[in-house]
Parts: sequence; structure tokens; C-alpha cells
Amino acid sequence: MSIDMQQFHGVFFEESHEHLEEMEQLLMELDLESPDVEQLNGIFRAAHSIKGGSGIFGFDALTSLTHVIENLLDKARQGSMQLDVAAVDTLLGNVDTLKMALHSYSTDEPIDWEKINLDIEALEAILKPKDAEVEEADEGFGFFDNPIQQEEESFGFFEPLESDQPKGKSNKPAPKKTVKKTATKAKPKAKNKAASKGKASTTEKNKTDEDDDGFGFFEPLPEEKKLEQSNESVKKTAPVRKSVPTKSSKPKVSPVSKESSTIRVDTTKVDTLVNLVGEIVITQSMLSLISEEVEGAITERLQSAITELERNTREIQEAVMSVRMLPMSFVFNRFPRVVRDLSGKLGKKVELIIEGGTTEIDKGLTEKLVDPLTHLIRNSVDHGIEKTEDRIAKGKSEVGVVKLVAEQTGGSISIQIIDDGAGLDRENILDKAREKGLDVDDSFSDKQVWNLIFAPGFSTAKAVTDVSGRGVGMDVVKRNIESIGGKVEIESTPGEGSSFNIRLPLTLAIVDGMCVSVGEQVFVVPLVNIIESIQPTKEQVKFMSNQRLLWIRDEYWPILALHETMNIDDAISDPIVGVVVLIESSNKRFGILVDGLAGQQQVVIKSLEKHYRRVPGVAGATIMGDGSVALILDVESLSSYVDLEPIKIEA
Amino acid sequence: MKQQNNTSDEEQDSTEAKEFLSFILGEEHYALDIMSVKEIRGYEAVTKIANAPPFIKGVINLRGDIVPIVDLRLKFEVGKAVYDEFTIVIMLNIADRIVGIVVDGVSDVIKLKEDEIRPPPEFGVAFDSRFLLGLAPLDDQMVILVSIESLISSEELGLFDTKKNLGQE
Repeated sequence: MSIDMQQFHGVFFEESHEHLEEMEQLLMELDLESPDVEQLNGIFRAAHSIKGGSGIFGFDALTSLTHVIENLLDKARQGSMQLDVAAVDTLLGNVDTLKMALHSYSTDEPIDWEKINLDIEALEAILKPKDAEVEEADEGFGFFDNPIQQEEESFGFFEPLESDQPKGKSNKPAPKKTVKKTATKAKPKAKNKAASKGKASTTEKNKTDEDDDGFGFFEPLPEEKKLEQSNESVKKTAPVRKSVPTKSSKPKVSPVSKESSTIRVDTTKVDTLVNLVGEIVITQSMLSLISEEVEGAITERLQSAITELERNTREIQEAVMSVRMLPMSFVFNRFPRVVRDLSGKLGKKVELIIEGGTTEIDKGLTEKLVDPLTHLIRNSVDHGIEKTEDRIAKGKSEVGVVKLVAEQTGGSISIQIIDDGAGLDRENILDKAREKGLDVDDSFSDKQVWNLIFAPGFSTAKAVTDVSGRGVGMDVVKRNIESIGGKVEIESTPGEGSSFNIRLPLTLAIVDGMCVSVGEQVFVVPLVNIIESIQPTKEQVKFMSNQRLLWIRDEYWPILALHETMNIDDAISDPIVGVVVLIESSNKRFGILVDGLAGQQQVVIKSLEKHYRRVPGVAGATIMGDGSVALILDVESLSSYVDLEPIKIEA
Repeated sequence: MKQQNNTSDEEQDSTEAKEFLSFILGEEHYALDIMSVKEIRGYEAVTKIANAPPFIKGVINLRGDIVPIVDLRLKFEVGKAVYDEFTIVIMLNIADRIVGIVVDGVSDVIKLKEDEIRPPPEFGVAFDSRFLLGLAPLDDQMVILVSIESLISSEELGLFDTKKNLGQE
């Protein structure tokens, strides 16, 4: 039993989290001058869903806060109250508080009631003065109150907690006439709703009907359960009013069809599917290898069948992979809030433009992108965009623009964070680098200078703010992005702005690799790390203190013999006979000596740690077309075997 | 699963017989709890792992899982580590992991009651007595019962990431 409840909790937490995200997003989008009723409804619905669920599970903190939020939103969507910036700020703060409380409930930590109560007070402060007006204005509509009050009551049914204060005083024992005046507060909703939807003409005739309609209309989507129950309780109380028709079940139709279009699936199930499909792909390529050996009349038929199979498996693989894909907006949607809060704090005017939110990316990657992207965006707003006065002085538009662009290019995703701010300060960075004792030179190319900001502990901010400047950021950003197989590059033009370009693989499960052979074994080198592969001439190979160096591209590259690192016999040990693959890791550039190249292909990454353990120099394993296992090299950890930096010689 | 094995290993009633899979290493007969056995297959080419001890032959592809293969003959210096068409790999399911062990042959499934198992000797077999459950007579031979779970997850084999071998890296 308790296990069952736990299961529901999980779903509730997950859904509530989504609702909160939605609330936040809609609040950000809300046009305060002329709020869109649909948006307000969306926010209301999200809050309401959380309230309903939390009521059932007894998460009082959530229930009580969402209840007050609901009251406020309800006023707003009726148009009886205008939300201003301060109110939206409060609501955004509430969203944070709710997230916090949600987290506390999900981890069994104590609830910060103080914060909850503060939030409730703040909301009630916004609500208070308006209440009076509303009461005043709507007295005449007492006629409508009963049905509505019933509705309120049916909601009350689900939150019999302390959260009732604001309305509890007005409509305690539901019944009729006596509450007419006091209950006005509980809303002139039906009338307003109906009017706003142009249904006013029918209001008089069938008010309860109208009310139910309106009710359904405004809360359609995700809450059929609650709706159902509340409808039930409306029915129960119906005899009091005699005239409640039971057609209130009508609005359930649309929610059902909407809900069934998506299902919630455990990611492990999807992963299993991905793995199994990988198996089919391998089996299929084994089959086609075998089919080449088959002789006789059936060869052609067999091969055409296998070609068919190949196409089908590729399609299955793509389809299954697409299940793991999420639109980039899952990550991007939090940034308007970040920029809003930050620009407010810094007193800058910043506009965030998001493009390519529909670009799809592997779910595993989205989670790991949030932190680095947040950091880069904060950086752009804090360091990139100048103060408003400076911008005016420079003849730029007063409002700084930060652009977040995602697009898919071939097998990778590119994400750019572009600002139209001051650009990076070359001299400043070089000075700072010298101060830090880094080996720098004025002749460094711009690109080399920009890359200095990725060094640990590097910050060019003149003053450390609570926003950024502590220098713990960019190296982490770079490391995070590299950990998911990506790369960051910086472009910057003084006075015009900077652009941080991130390139990521489409998915974590697949890597583009170059297969290299060493002795009898095959290794896969991730393509992102490869600069080029060459067959050195005798003149290019130099020696320095027993270390072989390769002279190419005006640099001496240390050579790492893979067969030595990996303990493989019968491999080529002379660079002139073999092939050297030039590699760039995050901090070193070197060449690895292999016997030969065995072709480029996309490989599915399998974990070695699942059944074995971490192996130095190896990032994982993959299964080749013939069913054998090949190890995927981890360039970062291989670079620790190289103790020389490439040496650049000035021309 | 793991839980089950533990209780049955240690304290279960002595009347109920447990099943063991017996296998051969060199000249000696061993047996392990059949509940840890996933499957038995022939030896196939492995992919070597750099800088691993010699008894870790490498990894193979077991239907999409990358699984390490351990040659117990090399580890315990019994018999000769030859690989031919008769070489057998027992795939084990231990602590949610899959590990293959190379043996010279698999002979039988034997049923043993608790009171048929004698305590292990302190010396005389290749296995450390920590990894032994006991000895049991079988026909006119002796079978050495191996506590396969503690053997495979031991630090000595270094198959799993432990603090110790991570520190070494």
C-alpha cells in the first residue's frame, strides 16, 4: 500500500514540476498591459493542478500557497484586478518557493513554513485592497452567487485544510440567501467569464448551466480527475438548487483526447529499447557480411532481402533514437527568467532572443547542458552587455541583446550564445594571464587569447559580484561541455560583442569515430578530437630526450605509441611505417601512433563500468559490425601519458 | 537474488538440498551455486584490456553488454591455460553484474544437503579459504565448493571499481 502511494508521489512530483515550469514560463510571457486570458488561465490551471494533487497527498504547504495564488490569478483572469510587475515578481517568487517545498516533500526534508507563510502574506497583501472593490462592485450580482459558491465549495472539498482562510470566512456552510453579500467575494466569476466569451445573452436563462460550462471551459486540460470529483460534488449539492443539469460531464471529452496523445515512460525502458535496436543493427551487419559469402542462385534474393532489412533497421534505429529526443526549449525555457532576474539586479536592459527551440537533442544531454548554458548566459548579461549609459554613449541601442540560437547541422547540434556587448578585452585577458603566471605572449592569436578564459581560476571581472567574476566558471563550463563530447569556441569583436559557440553530438549514445588498428586490435578515436591523420616522412620525426616528436604544422608534436600504452604486441613501432593521428584534447595536443586507419563510422557507446570497471585511457567500448568489441579511447586521460607540450617555433 | 543466495548459503535448513554446478580446473573438481549461473558458452575471442592483470582475459560482447572474462586457471595457477573448442566460459550474474569465468569443463549439476558439506581445509587448495564454502564427496571424488560471489567481488580480482583500485590509478 505504502509502495503504491510512493508511486503516485513520484508522478505527482514530476507533474507538479512541469506545472511549475509552465507557470514560470507563462508568467514570463505575460503581457501586463493587456494580459491574454488564455495565458492567465494556463497559469491558473497549473496552480490548480498542483493544489488538487497536493491536497490529496496532504502536502499542506503546497496546498495553502497555491490556494492563495489561485485566488490572485482568478482575480486577474476575471479582469477584476490588474497584475503589475511587482505582482508577477511575487508570483515568480512563489514558484521558487513551491519548487523548494516540492523538493522538501520529495526528499522528506522539513518544510520551510516560514517562507511559505511569508509568501502567503505577500500575496494576501496584493489581494486585500482589491477585495474590497470587488465586493462593492459586484453586490448586485448576488443572484449568481449560489451556483458559483457551490463550485467553490466543491473545490473546498479537496482542500479542507487551513488554506481556507481567505474564503472560509465568507462561505462556511454553503447555503443560500444569507451568504449572498459576503459570498460575492467568492466570485462573480460566471458572469464575467460568460461575458468575456460573449455568452452573456444566455446567462439569465440558465445560470447554473452557464456556470458549469464556463467552469469546464476554463479548466479543460490536465485535471479531469479533479474535475470529475468536483462535478460529482456539484451534483450532490444539486438538490439545494434543484436546477443543476448533469451535463457538466461535457468538458471531460477534450481533456481525454489531449491526454492520450502522450504517455509517460520510464527512461530505462527507452534505454533498453535503444540497446536492443543496437543489437539488431549489429546482427543485421553480421548477416550482410555472411551474405557476401553465400554462393549460388539464392545470393541475389538473400542480398536484396538483407538490403531491405538494413533499411528497416536504420529506420527503427532512428525512430527509437527520436524517442529520447527532446526539443531544446526544455533547456531554453528557463533562461528568460534568468535574464530577467539578472538584468533587473544589474540595472541593465537586456532582451533575450531564443531561436531554434524546436531543435531536438538527446534527453541525457539536456540535463547536462543546463549548468554551462546558464553560466554562459549570465556571463553575457553581466560581462558582455554594457551598462545602459555606456551603451548610449557608444551609440548603441539602449537595450542589449543576448541571442540564444540552436540548430542542427549534420550529425551535431550547434548552440550559440551571442551578445551585442563590449566584446572580450584582449589586453585585459593577457594581463590577467600574466598575473596568474600563465605563459602568454603578445603574438598569441585572438583565438588563443580567448581560450585563456577557460583556464581554472581565471576571471577578468574588475569586481567580484554575486553574479559572476569569481573565476570558478568558465573552466567548469568547458569541462562540462567536453564531458558530453562537445566543444566550445569563442568569437569576439571589440565593441560589437562576443559569441560562444558550442558544438555537441546529437546524442550521448553514439559517437562519430575513426577506427584505428593496433596489432590485432581495433580502437575507436572520437572524431571531435582528431585534427588530422598523417603518414610521417623520415624528416618529420625528431627525437628529444628519448621522446619522439613529429614536426608538422610548424609545431613539434609529442608522439604517443598506442601499442605501448595499451600493451599490445606485434604492432608497428616506427612512425614512418605507421600512421600518426594528431589529437587535440582540452589541454594538450599530441599525436598517437597506430598501425593504420580502418575507416570512419558512428559507433554506439557501451559502458565498460557496468560489468567491469573504469580503464585508464578508455572512455567505453563499442560493438563492431562483426560482433567483436572495440575500445573507445578517452583522449583526455590519454593526454596524461604525454608529458611534453607541442612546441611552437616562430617562423 | 543476492539476498536469497546469502540466506541459503548460510542458514537455511539442512534438510533441503541445494544445487551446485560442478566444473573442472586442471585436475580438480569445483562447484558453485547454480543460482549465480546465467549461462554457459564456449570460449570466443576477447578484446584485451590494457594494463589489466593476466587473468583478466579481456571483454566480450554478450548480446550488447560488454562483459569481462576471467581465467580462473591463471588466477589460481591450476592446470594449463589453453584455449580450444572445449574451453568453457561460465557466465555469472553477481551483484547485478555479469562476469564470465574460463574453466576447463563443466561436468554436472549436483544436489547437496547442508550436512553433506564438510568445512574447508585451511590449506591444500588453490583457493583462499575465504572463498570456500566447504568440501563435499561426490562418488569417489571430492568437490570443492566455491563461494563464487565473494570470490568475484573480492578486491583481489579487481573486477569492480573499489576505492583501492581507483586510488591506484
